[in-house]
Amino acid sequence: MQAFTLARPNGLDSATTTAAATGTKYIAGGTDLMQLMKNNVEAPTHLVDLEPLGLSAIHIDDNGARLEAMARMSDVAAHPAIIAGWPVISQALLASASPQVRNMGTMGGNLLQRTRCGYFRDTGFACNKRDPGSGCPAIPGENRLLAILGGSDRCIATHPSDFAVALVALDATVELHDAGGSTRQLRVRDFHRLPGDSPQNETNLQPGEMITAIVVPASPAARRCTYLKVRDRASFEFALVAAAVAMQVTNGTISDIRVAAGGVGTKPWHLPEVEAALHGQTLNDDNLRDAAMQAGQGARPASQNAFKLPLLRNVVLRALRTVAA
Amino acid sequence: MAPSSLTRRGLLGSTAGGLALLPIADRAQAIPASPVSHPADTATALPQQDITLLINGQRMDLTIEPRTSLLDVLREQAGLTGTKKGCDHGSCGACTVHLDGRRVVSCLTLAIRCQDKAITTIEGLTVNGDLHPVQAAFMDHDAFQCGYCTPGQIMSAVALIDEGHTGSPAEMREWMSGNICRCGAYPNIVDAIHDAATRMQEG
Repeated sequence: MQAFTLARPNGLDSATTTAAATGTKYIAGGTDLMQLMKNNVEAPTHLVDLEPLGLSAIHIDDNGARLEAMARMSDVAAHPAIIAGWPVISQALLASASPQVRNMGTMGGNLLQRTRCGYFRDTGFACNKRDPGSGCPAIPGENRLLAILGGSDRCIATHPSDFAVALVALDATVELHDAGGSTRQLRVRDFHRLPGDSPQNETNLQPGEMITAIVVPASPAARRCTYLKVRDRASFEFALVAAAVAMQVTNGTISDIRVAAGGVGTKPWHLPEVEAALHGQTLNDDNLRDAAMQAGQGARPASQNAFKLPLLRNVVLRALRTVAA
Repeated sequence: MAPSSLTRRGLLGSTAGGLALLPIADRAQAIPASPVSHPADTATALPQQDITLLINGQRMDLTIEPRTSLLDVLREQAGLTGTKKGCDHGSCGACTVHLDGRRVVSCLTLAIRCQDKAITTIEGLTVNGDLHPVQAAFMDHDAFQCGYCTPGQIMSAVALIDEGHTGSPAEMREWMSGNICRCGAYPNIVDAIHDAATRMQEG
């Protein structure tokens, strides 16, 4: 691991100003960054420690939940108001990582974790995301775990977060603070970028800009929701395919429906095609099945991951049936 | 480790520094605050920093590089080798310790960020030579074969019981998922945790 210095900022502005410099990164829980630094995938010369800022509160009011960026995954997952108002968030967090890692990992860091693509994490290989223009050995190579949606001819790396999938389904917002001291909000759906020609640019964050909180709106659908994750082993594994579904039913009609998927996209994947097929429809199994079979429009599987498309449709269907029951 | 016991680790340590046979508490004071030696890196004049860690109730003054993991500080500088290095990437749980009472993987924790926190390692579970109930239950149930993952399993299990996840074998398995055992002692580990939780509840 390359040597670095660690700054402990005394406030937001000091943190963002310091972090805007080249070769500088924030460290929150550190669970992903430490791995990347050990593997020389990341080699910052300066880290800005976010722990001194606090920023770990969980605020709940009638409008929604405001999860500060340094709130730990385990604390949010176990929060009674989150379990009651947004069960899909708690479920997605508990389906992530291990108890030890959830005690360390944070809300902001979870959104910024890097792909698990093996070529990205091994500096012995070319990778357009790690070393722009060097090539993508995954597309002709080992791609069973990679994305079928949102890829380009430069990169098909999957976004690994479960939590972000729940946030995309619930149309949550990130609050950002930049080096100039100003703040802005961005929908989580617009936070991550598709790889296109520049897979190294994964988010719409500006240099030094920091996630300070995630705001999740309250809704009847958010209370009737589920997270279903299918993986190669029962626990402590990233998703092959996952689905977050939230639904409101009024007099037998689906009046609000939110669907997103993980493990299939180069970013947390919103499924508007499934939502459109169900919105305003009568809640019955035929309609759920027809809608689930719409999932994954535009999918472009690689040589080893075509199984993800039918798996996606089946996972979405089972999740829809779970919330409909 | 009991102070008077003769161990392989103790013999190895005694030839190197003559410190390993001292009781943990004495060792904490006896170990000088010396920098980690990385000969290949000396030309870059690595930044060193003085820190104080609170490990198993003992204050320890250390000089470390900011990049040093808590795991490496525990093993290489504090002389507490009960905490094991498995994958060094947070995937196996062999390095599990408690930070302010919560289980974490020490391999992904920077020691320099632990200065105001209480660190508990497997060595800190034993009080006056008495095994923690989870340690005793692991022995009673033969909950290991090679034993390499055991300190991490036990630290995780102590936290799991404290968190209240002993409702069923399935729940215990799920909440132990961060600790891998290549020998496959899982059935006995689950039995040991169940037994320890019962004993602790009774008293």
